[in-house]
Amino acid sequence: MIESSFHFRPHNVGRWLVWGGYASLLLLAPVVFSSSLSQTLLSQMGIAIIACLSYNMLLGQGGMLSFGHAVYSGLGGFLAVHALNKVGDGSLHLPVGLVPLVGGLAGLFFAALFGFVTTRKSGTTFAMITLGIGELVYSMSLMLPEFFGGEAGVSTNRVVPPAVLGISFGPQIQVYWLIALYCYVCTALMFAFTRTPLGRMLNAVRDNPERVAFIGYDTQRVRWFAFMIAGLFAGIAGGLAGINFELATAEVVGAQRSGAYLLFTFLGGSTAFFGPIIGGVLLVLATVVLSELTKAWLLYLGLVFVLMVMYAPAGVAGLVLANLRLAAFGRLRALLPGYLALALAVAVAFAGASAMVEMLYHLQLNEALGPVMKFGGVSLNAKGAPAWIGAALLLAVGAAAFEAARRRLRVRWDAAQAEIERELKRRGGA
Amino acid sequence: MDQTVINILNGLSSGLLLFMLSSGLTLIFSMMGVLNFAHAGFYMLGAYVGYATSRIVGFWPALLVAPLVVGGCGAVFERVCLRRVHKFGHVPELLITFGLSYLILEVVQVVWGRAPVAFDPPAVLAQPAFTLVQTAATGLSLVFGRADAATCAHAVCSTFPATRAFMMFVALLMLLALWLLLRHTRVGLVIQAALTHPEMAEALGHNVPRVFMLVFGAGCALAGLAGVIGGTTFVTEPAMAASVGSILFVVVVVGGTGSLVGAFVGSLLIGLLQTVPLTVDKSLVDAASRLGWVVSPHSLAYPVMKLTLAQVTPILPYLLLVVVLIVRPRGLFGTRDD
Repeated sequence: MIESSFHFRPHNVGRWLVWGGYASLLLLAPVVFSSSLSQTLLSQMGIAIIACLSYNMLLGQGGMLSFGHAVYSGLGGFLAVHALNKVGDGSLHLPVGLVPLVGGLAGLFFAALFGFVTTRKSGTTFAMITLGIGELVYSMSLMLPEFFGGEAGVSTNRVVPPAVLGISFGPQIQVYWLIALYCYVCTALMFAFTRTPLGRMLNAVRDNPERVAFIGYDTQRVRWFAFMIAGLFAGIAGGLAGINFELATAEVVGAQRSGAYLLFTFLGGSTAFFGPIIGGVLLVLATVVLSELTKAWLLYLGLVFVLMVMYAPAGVAGLVLANLRLAAFGRLRALLPGYLALALAVAVAFAGASAMVEMLYHLQLNEALGPVMKFGGVSLNAKGAPAWIGAALLLAVGAAAFEAARRRLRVRWDAAQAEIERELKRRGGA
Repeated sequence: MDQTVINILNGLSSGLLLFMLSSGLTLIFSMMGVLNFAHAGFYMLGAYVGYATSRIVGFWPALLVAPLVVGGCGAVFERVCLRRVHKFGHVPELLITFGLSYLILEVVQVVWGRAPVAFDPPAVLAQPAFTLVQTAATGLSLVFGRADAATCAHAVCSTFPATRAFMMFVALLMLLALWLLLRHTRVGLVIQAALTHPEMAEALGHNVPRVFMLVFGAGCALAGLAGVIGGTTFVTEPAMAASVGSILFVVVVVGGTGSLVGAFVGSLLIGLLQTVPLTVDKSLVDAASRLGWVVSPHSLAYPVMKLTLAQVTPILPYLLLVVVLIVRPRGLFGTRDD
């Protein structure tokens, strides 16, 4: 009992390092990748990171699988664009840099409104209702062209003179700095939320709602509050997107966008706080870069997603954490050759499979261009047997090698994990 | 009058098609706790497989083959993927079916292309089932098949397509078969036992995972059957899954999750709600003027007021969903209040 009155609190070096590193990443990214394309990508990544983090407040921290998160980011975007138009014609006095907050308030408002209905249920029913609300808002957006701008959407102009301190938000890089600032602050706030009593109760409601109710908490209210806060941050992301694209169309509230948030938050990893940051980066890379590279990107995405759900339900962040644990116990080095073999096998199998997929898509979509296509620097005749046999062989060899490498790695992995468990037990016993 | 009858019949037939889908969905859900997000995907797959097989062996054999193929796909998916993630809980189960819905859509687009395919009903079903003939002299009368041109020259003829009649017939037959199977056969007893007391059923020597696989396959097969019929009645295209998918979940929530009766009533309700208001070209402005209020384009909320009932039809099911959740959160026939 005496120890409890004495606290030794050293500076949390790890935390300073992590947050400092995150800030310098945001600062250095546009310096390293300075082309205009990468500035566009980085801006979108910052927005996607906020959106995915706010989505994970529901999925990872609250166990609420929402199929309608784009409603809040999208409506936030619409309100922000309307506000920006009002700022532009002089009827509203607000610095452009604060317009995303209008989006955030809109997201908060609509999350409070719709969330009151949706959070009455949890689990699977919650998922179905959010889907319904998402469809409701999307259908409405086509019905009310006065607010949503119909098919063309609502456009705006983010440059509102006079420029303050030389910041006009005309150049993309200035928008990036705004997004990066919001991204950092929102990330910090959302991390802080996980440490508040409400954030902790949210985890408890996710894990054992009956027990929480028994202690005397209203589980529905905890979910509702969390839902509102998630809506607030989603709205900020939407508002930033409105400034970035200078446009809001019906598609920003659509089911496709909601599905993307879900998919990439999960791929990034919903169990760790930093997972959605990875997810947001992946979201932009996939929807902007991958979709340019191949027409079959949704097929690859679906396959990767299904495989991740089956074999790595903690996402990329889970894989990172597992390997960090191995490294912390000095077991990672022994596994590296196994990883390398596995990666090679995957690369071979993927080359074969993707060649076949690309040939299929080529035959389906580019019939007019003739059967010969380029694939990774090789010319393939999509209508000839050799290309198909070659691709199938690659796939077969890769799959066989993968299975062999996987079995070998599995043995070593299990051995390393058992060692770590033993080590932990020994330390605990000492 | 005649057109109203046809409208209501159209609504009922759409509702019964929805029931063919929602029954499978709710059966799987009440049994395994898995909300099959890819159910509408299996519906679309059924339409395309039916289209492909009907070109080889004709429509009627395809009506049998397509559900078997789709059911087989569903069973394999359950065995290979779903069973693996079962131990992780319900959210990953929902997620994997969500991923599957992407995959089905992409595969269908690769195999059959992105444009609609011409999946026509057989000659028997291509004509009207019956025609309502309304004349000023004799009133309303009913003619089976197509009324001859001479009659229609002097009267108002409204036809009801045979595909829709067939849709109603198959759905009702399916309802009967499902009820008989669940209530009066040994398999049905085992399914019900596995539904409420999986551990005990397993202890008595029944292979519960296999029962789950069969139920999942059967639910998908029902979706496939609905797909063949829906594909001939409506358009067979990649968008058909998305168009029915979210409505399906509304049906299940409104009817009450896990209740077969609820699925039936919910389906009919939504089917009618999606069809009947389409013919009402009146808005709140009209209603207000009937009450003596004058609404001008400058009034408050005029953009909302001026929408006709026909225009807002797409959102009516979702509004019903919200109302049901506020008034009766467990759904119309739901028993569990979670």
